[in-house]
Amino acid sequence: MTSSPGIVELLTIFVLAAFVGNEVISKVPSILHTPLMSGSNAVHGIILVGTMLVLANAHGTAELVLGFFAVLLATLNVVGGFVVTDRMLEMFKSKGHGPERRQEAADRRDGDGKEAA
Amino acid sequence: MNRLPAAVDFTLADGRDLVYLLVIAGFVLALKGLSSPRGARRGNLIGAAAALVGIAMTFTDPAFRTPAPGVDHALNLALMLIAMALGAAIAVPAARLVKMTAMPQMVAVFNGVGGGAAALVSITEFLKFPHGTVAVYKIFEVVFGVVVGCVSLTGSAVSFAKLQELVTGRPITYKGQQPVNALVGLTILSLVLATLVTGSTPLLVVVLVLGLVLGVIFTLPIGGADVPVLISLLNSFTGLAVAASGFTLDSNLLIVAGTLVGASGILLTRLMSKAMGRSLPNILFSAFGSVVTAGAATGADARPVKAGTPEDVGVLLAYARKVAIIPGYGLAVAQAQHVARELADALAARGVEVFYAIHPVAGRMPGHMNVLLAEANVPYEQLKEMDLANPELPTTDVALVVGANDTVNPAAKSTPGSPIYGMPIINADQAGAVVFLKRSMRPGFAGIDNELLYDPKTTLLFGDAKETLTKLVQAVEAA
Repeated sequence: MTSSPGIVELLTIFVLAAFVGNEVISKVPSILHTPLMSGSNAVHGIILVGTMLVLANAHGTAELVLGFFAVLLATLNVVGGFVVTDRMLEMFKSKGHGPERRQEAADRRDGDGKEAA
Repeated sequence: MNRLPAAVDFTLADGRDLVYLLVIAGFVLALKGLSSPRGARRGNLIGAAAALVGIAMTFTDPAFRTPAPGVDHALNLALMLIAMALGAAIAVPAARLVKMTAMPQMVAVFNGVGGGAAALVSITEFLKFPHGTVAVYKIFEVVFGVVVGCVSLTGSAVSFAKLQELVTGRPITYKGQQPVNALVGLTILSLVLATLVTGSTPLLVVVLVLGLVLGVIFTLPIGGADVPVLISLLNSFTGLAVAASGFTLDSNLLIVAGTLVGASGILLTRLMSKAMGRSLPNILFSAFGSVVTAGAATGADARPVKAGTPEDVGVLLAYARKVAIIPGYGLAVAQAQHVARELADALAARGVEVFYAIHPVAGRMPGHMNVLLAEANVPYEQLKEMDLANPELPTTDVALVVGANDTVNPAAKSTPGSPIYGMPIINADQAGAVVFLKRSMRPGFAGIDNELLYDPKTTLLFGDAKETLTKLVQAVEAA
């Protein structure tokens, strides 16, 4: 905030970020659509940083109240976003990792085999 | 540092910006990780760590110390810490305790509040503008942030209500809806222009209220089955609102993080609608024309269906060669994934070939079924995505549909007027026999009737999916 960058500089960053955002998720399998949506939802929770700056500088009741609620809502977004995504991905823990998963499946077959015997 | 010449002097502000740059890199890595099964969980943790570092670093910002008239930094800091503690105290249990079936609405809530926060940042900054000396683009950044943030806030609230079934999941349509929506949109546009010219606070408040209204009326006509796509779109909106706040605050971090989400969110939204075999405009605007079709569904209930007993179906399954289990939202609601696996195991023990045919949008969110079945430790080899499952179905003896409906509805292939026409389905109708486990004759989430229920080769088992499956396990073991 001390040395204000020009609008063109900010626009440059914006345009480049848009290309990166498009590129970085270009090959996502459909089973990860929801976790990815949830994870990127958590990423925009970084608006908390913005709300903190606003509240830090707030004066007068109106600004304090707006700032307080902004920080509260942003905290919900960032904390809840990452926690709920982690919980979704927990379910994938033994999935897709070839060896680990096959081992587990093999263990289970062994178990069944013993029961039958 | 003191000995360095002034030209390469490294200030605290530079250090902070460098750390923010690392945070940005962390977010890019997080999104990259989240788009592959192997790196997903680590990607999310990287994102969380990056966010934490960014938040911690922000406490060193001069905004927390620089004396300003009327600003009591100690009070502001105390309020901030209270708000953060309160937010975390609500968010963690909410995210931890929410049922797997309710996760999409949880994401909607967290997304909505993020949009609200972005809108509040923009509004507060607007109130701080010195009158009459602000560049037009500065006002534009604020107004954009307010409108998009507000649409995201109320749009997410309506999405939540639809998924939570507080309001009907069917598209809510009324006469003249499209002109009304267009009118509100145009009014906002003209008021935004007026605000740019005048910089008037009352005008901004009107724009804000209309933004909130637009979020509601834009979301109402979207059917329940399409709501996850809508949430993804609103997620992208919130990203853009955050980017707008970043412009207002001159924060590279917010601009990049917001834009990353905005851009990837729009791509993801398109991928999700593609997985449903629809185009995004079709999902967003098609309900306006489908009122008649949706209404016609209720009148067709009088036709005969064949209801069976678990014992009959148990025998049918036990002496089949190949069985396809097709799970849907009903399986999730009944928490029947474990007993579904028991049934599959019981059949496999008799030498029956069993596989799960997974529709990409079965349940209320893409990937929902994979998550649930993985939780029940279903062997990965038995899970077949739709494209791999469909070629198997003509040689399948029994298709056991557990709480699914729209994803096996042949109307998607045969009835051009149907709201789901064009959506790829699992071809359960091609199996030798079809068994539906259903709670009732109520149509699926899309609100349309399913011809397959009346097919002579179809047997219906009414009741809770979990109880019925338990009885089926017993019947198979007894057969």
